[in-house]
Amino acid sequence: MNASDLASSYELVVIGGGPAGLAAAALAAKAGVQTVLFDENPGVGGQIYRGIGTTPVRNRAILGEDYWAGAALASEARASGATIVNGATVWSLDPNRLVGVSISGQARMIQAQRVIVATGSMERPFPIPGWTLPGVMTAGAAQTALKAQGLVPTGRTIIAGCGPLLWLLAAQLLRAGAGIEAILDTTPRINWLKAAMHLPDFALSPYWSKGLALLREVKAKVPVIAAHRIVAHGKDKLAEVVFATGTGERRMTADLLLLHHGVVPNVNLAMAAGVAHRWNGRQLCFEPAVDADFGTSVHGIAVAGDGAGIAGGTAAAERGRIAALAVIQTLKPGATVPNMQMMRQTLAREEMGRAFLDALYQPAPSFRRPVGDTIACRCEEVTAKQVRDTADLGCEGPNQMKAFLRCGMGPCQGRLCGLTITELIAEQRRSTPQEVGYYRLRPPVKPITLAELASLPKTEAERKAVER
Amino acid sequence: MFKRLDDTGATVSLKVDGKPIRARAGDTVAGAMLAAGVEHFRTTPVTESPRAPYCLMGVCFDCLVAIDGVGSRQACLIEVREGMAVETQLGKREAGR
Repeated sequence: MNASDLASSYELVVIGGGPAGLAAAALAAKAGVQTVLFDENPGVGGQIYRGIGTTPVRNRAILGEDYWAGAALASEARASGATIVNGATVWSLDPNRLVGVSISGQARMIQAQRVIVATGSMERPFPIPGWTLPGVMTAGAAQTALKAQGLVPTGRTIIAGCGPLLWLLAAQLLRAGAGIEAILDTTPRINWLKAAMHLPDFALSPYWSKGLALLREVKAKVPVIAAHRIVAHGKDKLAEVVFATGTGERRMTADLLLLHHGVVPNVNLAMAAGVAHRWNGRQLCFEPAVDADFGTSVHGIAVAGDGAGIAGGTAAAERGRIAALAVIQTLKPGATVPNMQMMRQTLAREEMGRAFLDALYQPAPSFRRPVGDTIACRCEEVTAKQVRDTADLGCEGPNQMKAFLRCGMGPCQGRLCGLTITELIAEQRRSTPQEVGYYRLRPPVKPITLAELASLPKTEAERKAVER
Repeated sequence: MFKRLDDTGATVSLKVDGKPIRARAGDTVAGAMLAAGVEHFRTTPVTESPRAPYCLMGVCFDCLVAIDGVGSRQACLIEVREGMAVETQLGKREAGR
């Protein structure tokens, strides 16, 4: 689909084609809401169902049945009558629900009556010495390469970090025939005490039996070593991983180091639209303040899925449906819709196990607040020491820090350093992340060329206004 | 760093820094480059240190390359096309690219 094929306005614009976006678009379109879904990837599915329908991985056991459940969501959305556009980058959303989108180099401004932001999550920054070396990637990157392209790591692979996704990725890579030298488990031992009180709820959630089976599957094949400090060494690419264990320092040669410390909401678009966010002290990230229908502080803009706080793929789809139902009730009050109570029950069951996982897999402070020459901002290559020293000089927040050090001003627009900078400033100034706040984000939230901006349709009056 | 589970069906040809590589239809540029053994995608504008994809999901911008003459494109989000010319980026961008 080309930009010129889009209508100038839609009743509902859904941004993001993961579980939340697909479920929301399907439900709304079926109820007669004129719906368009924009997704910047080549195909729908988001990260969790990446490559669904196109993956070259044919052996279903490799990715597991939870992955293949995404096929039903995708086909439901395709059959719903919603317009689904892939390769569509949304670079702007304003409080009046004007959506700036680019498709194949052509930009358009689309007016929406309602917007559901379903931009999901991204992996938490993992700032260790050497994390910018080629050969150091996120666990999610390896999973994306496997799902979308059927790529498996060769050579010596080490996985480090903690969180449910780490074990899932390890299992998937092993099933695909990859070798894993070791898993460096960074789960702080004290977390087990903090998590214990949430164990009864977790035992009742769907995560319990799945989680245990994954742990058993992986531990039977890969040595798991507790590590509390990890350094990636190499000149032009990763060569060696050095890590501290309870019994001293160890080194392993490595070609690929996959890092994972859980996922956090991808906040850039919602923040740029003016949606109020707050610090989540359990998940250690900013998330939008949402009501029971996932409506935000900005009228007509909802945030569904993991973008509204991490709860996983199944919960994301339910959140998408609930947000869509609120849209349907406003725009098509007579439409026949499914029972909202059922959705809320499914969502509650899915969210039940989160408290345990959040407590157990909360990364240690030393992995969130680096020291010395460790790079905090990858784009502008700003070190932790620079940020700490500047905070000590009196710099009060991330926006002032940008002016001093340029951190957060490179192409990733703070995505890979935002949380680190906030936490570093909070620590140096004996403040809290809520108090320190986050970068002020402004559109365009994705880089666009001047040629794309120039391709926006213009009226004669607009042209005359700038002609001399 | 990576190999394909299934090596059949690589039918799209493109060039990376003038060197031909083959990719599967539906591959992203970053995926095709990783499968072809490309280790460095760019060097940074600040210290000219080498970088390769970190997140592969559109957030880290370390996979930036020039595609068909347009600089700083996210290789992990763009699908390969027959005849595509990809160039790794060295240091600061040149004006107009």
